[in-house]
Amino acid sequence: MGMTASAGLDDLVTPRSRFRRPLRRLALYASLTVLLMPALFVFLWMLNLSLKPDVENVAYPPVFIPRNPTLDQFREVFQSSPFGLYTRNSFVVATAATALSLLFGVPAGYGIAKTRASGLAMLVLISRMTPGLSYLIPWFMLFRFLGLNNTLWALIITHLVIGLPITIWVMMGFFESLHPELEEAALVDGATIWRSFTDIALPLARPGMVVAAILSFIFSWNNFIFAVVLAGRETRTLPVAVFNVLTFEQLAWGKLAAAALIVTLPVLLLTAFVQRQIITGMTAGGMKG
Amino acid sequence: MVSSLRRAVAEGRDRLATPLSSPPAAARLTGSGLRRGYDRRRRYYLFVVPAMVAMVGVILFPWLFTLYMSVHDWRVGSERAFVGLENYINLARDKRFLSAIVRTFYYTVLAVGFPLVLGVMAAVLFHQEFRFRSFFRALFIMPMMATPVAIALVWSMMFHPQLGVLNYLLTQVGLPPSLWVYSPDTVLASLALVETWQWTPLVMLIVVGGLAALPTDPYESALIDGASWWQVLRDITLPLIMPFIMVAAVLRVIDALKSFDTIFAITQGGPGTASETINIYLYLQAFSFYRIGHASAVVVVFFGIIVITSLVMLYLRQKTLWA
Repeated sequence: MGMTASAGLDDLVTPRSRFRRPLRRLALYASLTVLLMPALFVFLWMLNLSLKPDVENVAYPPVFIPRNPTLDQFREVFQSSPFGLYTRNSFVVATAATALSLLFGVPAGYGIAKTRASGLAMLVLISRMTPGLSYLIPWFMLFRFLGLNNTLWALIITHLVIGLPITIWVMMGFFESLHPELEEAALVDGATIWRSFTDIALPLARPGMVVAAILSFIFSWNNFIFAVVLAGRETRTLPVAVFNVLTFEQLAWGKLAAAALIVTLPVLLLTAFVQRQIITGMTAGGMKG
Repeated sequence: MVSSLRRAVAEGRDRLATPLSSPPAAARLTGSGLRRGYDRRRRYYLFVVPAMVAMVGVILFPWLFTLYMSVHDWRVGSERAFVGLENYINLARDKRFLSAIVRTFYYTVLAVGFPLVLGVMAAVLFHQEFRFRSFFRALFIMPMMATPVAIALVWSMMFHPQLGVLNYLLTQVGLPPSLWVYSPDTVLASLALVETWQWTPLVMLIVVGGLAALPTDPYESALIDGASWWQVLRDITLPLIMPFIMVAAVLRVIDALKSFDTIFAITQGGPGTASETINIYLYLQAFSFYRIGHASAVVVVFFGIIVITSLVMLYLRQKTLWA
């Protein structure tokens, strides 16, 4: 950032030079606060609701600082429904779908970068524009026919629709940005194209793979629409489980917030630690999508 | 074959364009060199095959099957019959579907407009250098990564007219309370608010990318000419980042048209049908009423709407690029 413009030029891009320095600082941090407050408030409110007994949650005016902080709501979530199982389901589905997406998507990204084949890239674009619900009717019928409804396999297969396009897209851009000299040299020395892929291109592409894996894991973890239709009682993923907490207990706010926190927390922690990769991936998808 | 010839020619052109990556000149000039290059290129297609099979299976197959179902009277548990375009004709006459389209576009305008404006402002802010910038940026992009359903449920608790924290905060600063998602008049705007909260960071990230790639020349001239920062912003910066803003707009439009999780989790289309967008309508037809043929026709029309809207947006983007 700011690498293309010197400090003085940056002043013109943004109204820096018009303020006196301390004043400018103040304006910057003030606008930053205004911008971040809504983002943070929702998360803090979720945390707040999950740590209070329901008497305090439905009190008016709202209780901002818990008077009797408690972890009972979390205990309640795990006791009243098999949330441990749902967590495991979510984890298995997201991990398996991500692994399969990499297995298929990384070579595909390489192939597209080398051949400029546009058919698959076209399919990626179509999948980006297709509403997730559209796939569900045919899948629902197909999985019923195959007897796969209510299995984790059905979910893993459908979650490929999320992970595979992301992986292909990210890897395609990544392999295109790699310089081909090393591979060319290996080929001239008699290496097969498979070996030049596995021994040269793949190790260089590791950062790209990390980006693709993180994004497809998160979006698979977050997905609600496929599991809400295809999952049975035993194969529910966390987003569906959270939604069910709502439908059966309208005013059990603490429990609902606790469940919401359990789903969201892993993703938020991941975001905090791998911010850079997420930004790379989201902007790569954004630039071209 | 014409296509293979074209590919070979294209290959030769690529090689000429990138001398560093090409094999020795002698091999390139002979016919066999060209041919060998073509064979090798064809072998690279093998890398694409597994993903192609997977994508055809999970994406193309559902598409073809949907087209097939959409011309049949197909309900779960009864005989199916070919009905031609009847599902589509019924759809064109279905008032509920037509108002769902209107609602979807209303929602889309809100859920694209607000994130764009706020996202550009956030981008200008995050483009500057300040302490802990990357920490603050991580906080700012969290709404984008958080599980949409879970967050939607938190919002639904905040929206509660009597006990919700939002109305409390409004009255604290002297504003009248709102019925939020509980009134047909405000429900779509309230849902768009949730979506704005969630997707403003994406706009910010894309536009920051644009700001970082700004060329310095125009600014040097402006500096010499003594332009004010407002003139610079209006005449240089905004036109230069316009393509990036348009990319963000296209992505936002596609996602807003498709929006499902937020609406379904908070209102499921209610109150009444006040927030029933095309996607919610589709869900009810397919998985509550099990009108499979009808729902398949909805899918086809819905996809058509998304593609046409994106093409219009891309056309506009093209114009901003070449203007």
